[in-house]
Amino acid sequence: MEKVVIQKHQISEDDLIEKNGFDDHFHDHHHGDKFQSNFITTYIFSQDHKMIGKQFLITGMFWAIIGGLMSLVFRLQLGFPEESLAWIKPVLGKWIVINDAGIGTLAPEFYYALVTMHGTILVFFVLTAGLSGTFSNLLIPLQVGARDMASPLLNMLSYWFFFLAGVIMFVSLFLNTGPFAGGWTAYPPLSALPMASSGSGTGMTLWVLSLVFFVVSVLLGGINYITTVLNLRTKGMSMWRLPLTIWAFFITAVIGLLSFPVLVSAFLLVMFDRGLGTSFFLSEIFIGGQALDHVGGSPILYQHLFWFLGHPEVYIIILPAMGIVSEVLSVHSRKPIFGYKAMVFSILAIAFLSFIVWAHHMFMSGVNPFISNIFVLFTLIIAVPSAVKVFNWIATLYKGNIRFNPASLFGIGFVSMFISGGLTGIFLGNSAIDIQMHDTYFVVAHFHIVMGVAAFFGMFAGIYHWFPKMYGRFMSDTLGKVHFWGTMIGAYAVFWPMHYIGMAGVPRRYYRFDTFGTFGHFTELNQFITIAAIITFGFQLLFVINFFYSIWYGKRMTTKNPWKATTLEWTTPIETGHGNWPGKLPSVERWAYDYSKNEGSDFTAQIVPLTEAEQSDVSHH
Amino acid sequence: MTFILILISLILIAIVAIQIGKVSDLTSKIRGEEEVQEMNNKRQGLYSFIFLFVFLGGVIISGAHYQNYFLGFGPHIPASAHGGELDSMFKVTLLLTGIVFIITHILLFYFSFKYSGSRSKRATYVSHDNKLELIWTGIPAVVMAFLVVKGLDAWNEVMADVSPDEEYMEIEATGYQFAWMLRYPGPDGLIGEKNFRLINGNNPLGQNWEDEKNLDDIHVDELVLPVGKKVRVRITSRDVLHNFYLPHFRVKMDAVPGMPTYFVFTPTTTTEEYRQQLKEYDEYNVPVNPEDPESPLLWEDFNFELACAELCGKGHFSMRKIVRIVPQAEYDAWIAGQSSYYDAAVKGTDEDPYKNSEL
Repeated sequence: MEKVVIQKHQISEDDLIEKNGFDDHFHDHHHGDKFQSNFITTYIFSQDHKMIGKQFLITGMFWAIIGGLMSLVFRLQLGFPEESLAWIKPVLGKWIVINDAGIGTLAPEFYYALVTMHGTILVFFVLTAGLSGTFSNLLIPLQVGARDMASPLLNMLSYWFFFLAGVIMFVSLFLNTGPFAGGWTAYPPLSALPMASSGSGTGMTLWVLSLVFFVVSVLLGGINYITTVLNLRTKGMSMWRLPLTIWAFFITAVIGLLSFPVLVSAFLLVMFDRGLGTSFFLSEIFIGGQALDHVGGSPILYQHLFWFLGHPEVYIIILPAMGIVSEVLSVHSRKPIFGYKAMVFSILAIAFLSFIVWAHHMFMSGVNPFISNIFVLFTLIIAVPSAVKVFNWIATLYKGNIRFNPASLFGIGFVSMFISGGLTGIFLGNSAIDIQMHDTYFVVAHFHIVMGVAAFFGMFAGIYHWFPKMYGRFMSDTLGKVHFWGTMIGAYAVFWPMHYIGMAGVPRRYYRFDTFGTFGHFTELNQFITIAAIITFGFQLLFVINFFYSIWYGKRMTTKNPWKATTLEWTTPIETGHGNWPGKLPSVERWAYDYSKNEGSDFTAQIVPLTEAEQSDVSHH
Repeated sequence: MTFILILISLILIAIVAIQIGKVSDLTSKIRGEEEVQEMNNKRQGLYSFIFLFVFLGGVIISGAHYQNYFLGFGPHIPASAHGGELDSMFKVTLLLTGIVFIITHILLFYFSFKYSGSRSKRATYVSHDNKLELIWTGIPAVVMAFLVVKGLDAWNEVMADVSPDEEYMEIEATGYQFAWMLRYPGPDGLIGEKNFRLINGNNPLGQNWEDEKNLDDIHVDELVLPVGKKVRVRITSRDVLHNFYLPHFRVKMDAVPGMPTYFVFTPTTTTEEYRQQLKEYDEYNVPVNPEDPESPLLWEDFNFELACAELCGKGHFSMRKIVRIVPQAEYDAWIAGQSSYYDAAVKGTDEDPYKNSEL
């Protein structure tokens, strides 16, 4: 009985598209589909946005595992400096130094290389490419009702530039002098002078090269996302009918387009200083037994340029997660997202403010203290749109009918993480408190929770939610829930205690703490953090197993719209081919959040025309 | 060997995980998906509720347990005049964010529990409420305005440079890979000129000996300061970025090559007084070396420290200098016992510009 009803519903959806849809004569000029004709064009040099999204996702997962393993190695060093790490010698080779007693320790230069690579990989490769790359690609055409991206070719290039960036970074891990070790922010002079750190030689050259290719990837992707959202929306899809995912991806791409080029300029100037003898960032330096010729440059200029990207970058990471969570929470609580317009305006406000807060990373860098006044003001103002978003998510759950699954759980977890990590930002954004907190573990706790864990939660919510759209199968629910609770508890266990260590004054980026009396007596907490990190990482492996197992053996999707969602991607066939819709493009008749509104079914898809009652009620959308 | 064992156990865990997944898929087939989803909603809603208590409980209990790490709590009180302002700013922020943290978490997880889904229920269609939006835009805005004003008030006072008519002493700290060099002005109270091109083995700071202010400048191994006297630290770097960090004094400032920075502060507690304060706390009444009960207690062994807080290379974690705050008389005696670097190391050598004139 149940099945028949669903069947009927499906037929009527297809009919609706056929009846109201927009005929772009797609199949008249796509006969035989030359873009998807063989293995290479289908799976490798694919120009199909769905495949490119999957490529970004799986590459991102590869990097997440590498970056995660790196953090475990340096956490072992921090938590158990006395224990031998000789057993990792087969992998790390000469970077594990074995002393006369047979105890192996991590070489300090490689500790710093690991910290640097962990940051670079997670920030850029995983949480930028893996998150934006995956979901913008997958969802923008599907949710705006487009056949594909505006330029499938640029889209393909975007992935392959990212891939190239990854290859270069990967190669740099095996350099004899080690990969770059000057922190993911790569402040000169440390990053500019090969004699300042062994990783600042070839390691830094490859690091910059890799990231320049990465920026090319981001820009190609970004131009495409923006163009697609602006130009390829289907009939009836006005901007105010876009799901919040699309708003978030759209604004993210705009931020990226405006800020990443500035990063390249900073990198370029560093390379000039390194290779051409210019002095943009260098002045009055005596190192390696000699006075350098550089005079007149300012290392602080680099910091301005870097953080002009660096701060918007954290919003590039978190906005897509916010969009995904807004969508997932709404679908699974069977309610419209609360305050849709407020959500859009808060995204816009955050995006705007993100460009004028960068120097809050530099309160203690020697800039004129007066300038900090402005940046404190704008920084704390960001708390306002952020708070609006949190309250709206909570209000979305209110009087909902919440369907619990890994996607909605990670959505709820995201809100918790965003609150916890966001509130500590109010401490750090206030320059007076930052005098003490700057560059301590409090900062590490803050940004890991608010943009690391929270963004990961958004990503997980998205993966569990759209996995059926990607692979036509479901991921295991049970394993997903175990993964959620393990990660939720584990992530707090890892990062919460760092607040305490940080308040006690322990600086970040310390290879060991016993060199100082003040920082040396937190052994217990450090051990606890390390053990929690190992266990939490184990839960992520559970996710990886679930993911790959489910691609081939997961429960099959039997209906087009398993979550009973309103958005367009669920009107495409289970096996979504190139062009997404087999016939006409769907026509959009309403906004994306008509859940539990009309009689009967508890959702009204975007392609369903307004009822007469709705037409007479013009109060919104 | 360890490596192979880890690998094997990972594979085993993977197999177990896949089996669990399969079994649960099967049960949902047998019982009917809707039925299973219904039970699952109840259970996960309950877990959310339990998590709320576990999490908030954990936060409160661990916070209470580690309260002495919080700024301005227990023994973690500042030893400088301006430190109290920072700490009170911290406490206000802690109070306000704490309230928000608890309320939002209660709402988030309570709603998850209360509105867990069921076939017999239906969600209520509420799309927006402009009045509510206005309230929860307005309140945070007002709170933030308060924090900004209070914070900047403290900030501008703390970061203000000395004014010329003020009484203060100036010292210089120079970071290099991987230590700090400390220079005191000597009897003239003035720090001499330096130039990085003059740096060599015998002139680590590049002091220009033709500048007579340099002749009485003193190089020291410990940062010794008189209690109650305003000090302006001129912070410089010889190579890469460093950061002059005195955790107990709430002092932190980058050392930037080519651009001297400064931090002005007044120590208010001597090392000995601070030790006496620490003595009151159990955690400071344990031996420094846990394996040797005869070793001094933590509070007896306590010293203020100078650290580096800006990544500067592989030795970043080792740039330690001891800081001693002493009564004025003790300071006077100590400084009188130091001889100038010029007298000790330069006078009469080839680098000494006055070598011939003195002969």
